[in-house]
Amino acid sequence: MNQMFLMAIQTIKQSIDTNKDFLTNLDGAIGDADHGINMARGFEAVMGKLNAEPDIDLSAGLKKIGMALLSSVGGASGPLYGTAFMRAAIPAAGKTVVDAQLASEMLLAATEGIKERGKAVRGEKTMIDALEPAYEAMKKGIQDGKSLLECLESACSAAKEGVEYTKTIIAKKGRASYLGERSIGHQDPGATSSLLILEALTDFCRKNG
Amino acid sequence: MVGIVVISHSGKVAEGVKAMADQMADKSVRIIACGGIENGELGTDAIKIMEALIRADSGDGVVVLVDLGSAVLSTYTALELLDEKERRLIKIADAPLVEGAVCAAVQASAGFSVDEVAAAAESARSMLKL
Repeated sequence: MNQMFLMAIQTIKQSIDTNKDFLTNLDGAIGDADHGINMARGFEAVMGKLNAEPDIDLSAGLKKIGMALLSSVGGASGPLYGTAFMRAAIPAAGKTVVDAQLASEMLLAATEGIKERGKAVRGEKTMIDALEPAYEAMKKGIQDGKSLLECLESACSAAKEGVEYTKTIIAKKGRASYLGERSIGHQDPGATSSLLILEALTDFCRKNG
Repeated sequence: MVGIVVISHSGKVAEGVKAMADQMADKSVRIIACGGIENGELGTDAIKIMEALIRADSGDGVVVLVDLGSAVLSTYTALELLDEKERRLIKIADAPLVEGAVCAAVQASAGFSVDEVAAAAESARSMLKL
């Protein structure tokens, strides 16, 4: 389990590294051009902390990830993703196996954490536009009796649509909100990194059952 | 005495504002600069802020001055990391950083409460310069 957990987080780090310039360029169009750099630095710090404690359990590991992001990312995505991972640790307490139900509870806790921290709701061109539809798709998947992988795949499709949707709306939060209507036409970098994280976890699940 | 924490994305900005506030403050007022992240890069660090809040509090509470964006989000996160008792007397001032810190330092030196120090910082919003 511990090795699997480390590998899953490593998959996220790889995706963030691969898409570092892409995220930074998206942020350059409507923000302060540092999202990819900040996220890559954040997950570098995360892997450093996790590798130092390879025997950590799932919940403690998630909390550690959150703390590492809080102190290394620097921009608003630090407290947002930091809060998300620390909140996801709560339903994971005492668990060693992640099934569809637990994954959906973790995603819900993470999404609620980001909403609370950022005082954001759907439709404001933020991470929430990817994460909330992803949770809803996952919940529906569970109701339909789908497997963890199928639920994650539905969540990714919904998050992808959410990212596309962010191109059509005005930014209401963060520096992008200074642009008003000029933010239309650009996809939100935060929603995009949320999609990348979900896709990385889905890929990991596909390859490792 | 109410303590003051100055939070900026830049370590240099936070140190500079602290120096200006120190000049106006009684030596017993704890003013802590908290800026930047590891390696001296620009940003805010909720863990570092949490530690600064604890160091600034001598028992009478802390007023926090922030610059932009994530400074506020990181401070809220730092508050969540503290327990109920520790965060009870911590107030974020909705104020300009430099002027707010100087006003807060003056008010804190006179022994006012955390609410009064925060209000003094916020009064800096309407200070005319010309």
